Amino acid sequence: MFNYNFRWAQAMASLPRMLEGALVTLEVALLSMVIGISIAIVLTLFRLSGSRILSAVAATWVEIARNTPALFQIYMVHFGLGGFGIHLSPYLSLLIGIAFNNAGYLSENFRGALKGIPETQTRSARSLGMTPIAAFRYVVMPQMLRISFLPMTNQMVWAILMTSLGTVVAMNTDLYGVTSDLNARTFRTFELFAIAAMIFYLITKTVTLSARLLAARLFRY
Amino acid sequence: MFDTALTTNDLIFLARGAGVTLIVTAIAVFFGTVMGIVFGVFRYQVGPWWAAPLTFVLDIFRSIPLLIQLVLANAFVTTVLGWRVSGFTVACGVLSLYTAAYCAEIVRGGIEAVPPTLRRAARSLGLSWGQDMTSIVMPLAVRIALPSWIGLALGVMKDSALVYVVQVVELLKSAQILITRLQEPLFLLIVCGSFYFLISFPIARFGGYLERKWSRD
Repeated sequence: MFNYNFRWAQAMASLPRMLEGALVTLEVALLSMVIGISIAIVLTLFRLSGSRILSAVAATWVEIARNTPALFQIYMVHFGLGGFGIHLSPYLSLLIGIAFNNAGYLSENFRGALKGIPETQTRSARSLGMTPIAAFRYVVMPQMLRISFLPMTNQMVWAILMTSLGTVVAMNTDLYGVTSDLNARTFRTFELFAIAAMIFYLITKTVTLSARLLAARLFRY
Repeated sequence: MFDTALTTNDLIFLARGAGVTLIVTAIAVFFGTVMGIVFGVFRYQVGPWWAAPLTFVLDIFRSIPLLIQLVLANAFVTTVLGWRVSGFTVACGVLSLYTAAYCAEIVRGGIEAVPPTLRRAARSLGLSWGQDMTSIVMPLAVRIALPSWIGLALGVMKDSALVYVVQVVELLKSAQILITRLQEPLFLLIVCGSFYFLISFPIARFGGYLERKWSRD
């Protein structure tokens, strides 16, 4: 049917290396989520703080993260910071770039979630003698994280997909990097990238499914 | 930082890259939206079981990095099928399908948000399916879907930065080429980032405004 010799066996022989790459991809995505969520919580606190400067910092972060391409952000971390004499490894640049992006989007999700939590709860917590931080930590934050659990899962999928952008900073240990390295050596572009696509699909599906199961278990009541 | 070796020709080169970004985005958003509406209405109309194959295919576009979609499509069209197709065409095709996959979801959400009783009332007043769709569902669904659609269009513009992988020189790639030559990464990246920001930010704000305005009444 096609005037093209598929060599799946040859490409499949590289599967172990690609799976190793997939682990790196997952690692970067997970770390970027952990960092992203932590920063997003801090940015949310900045917005709640009432301080103009802190709110402006948070707003600037969110708007830049949401209104420029993720590719640009990773580029900026790697080559932009390079202009200041800060040279990061591809791995770190990718991780910081994705974490920056995650933090921006998640902070916006958290802000949306906060709208669903009545202000009166904070006030009752405060009148029970809790400090503002304790009220946020024990009353508001758990609900906020629960409401934004689904958006967080989506962001995790985004983070996994974004790891492929590491190629612009010469990252070659993640799934995309490994695949394009193999491609440069064997030129079995279609077969190799089809396998990579399959692995990506399986990873994202596993993540969404397990998140759904986790949500059903965590939020039963 | 402002002492730059950038010449007028380089600026024209950058502007051309920006033009390519906008053209690719416009084409992808146009065709993606048309396909997305068709897919979305189809998915709603036939129910989850019959639409399962379509849902599966559209889901693939949302579960695989766009970069890989572009590389795969390019390899498939040029080496497997052996067609002589430009990278620009491949880029537009892949981005359109990518947009359609997300748009179908938005359209379906919009239609589902229209109260079924309202539609039944319309049908019982003698409106045909087409009339119900165009004069009852559409005005209401558009209100719900438009803010997300604006977000999608902006997302596509940002994602269009990836088409460099099929040899399309868009804004970020042209900046990269200039960086390699001029060695002024910070300045060029800021110029390039500002371009994206200046287009995306006002439109995103407008989308947020519409969302707030329409959720009030």
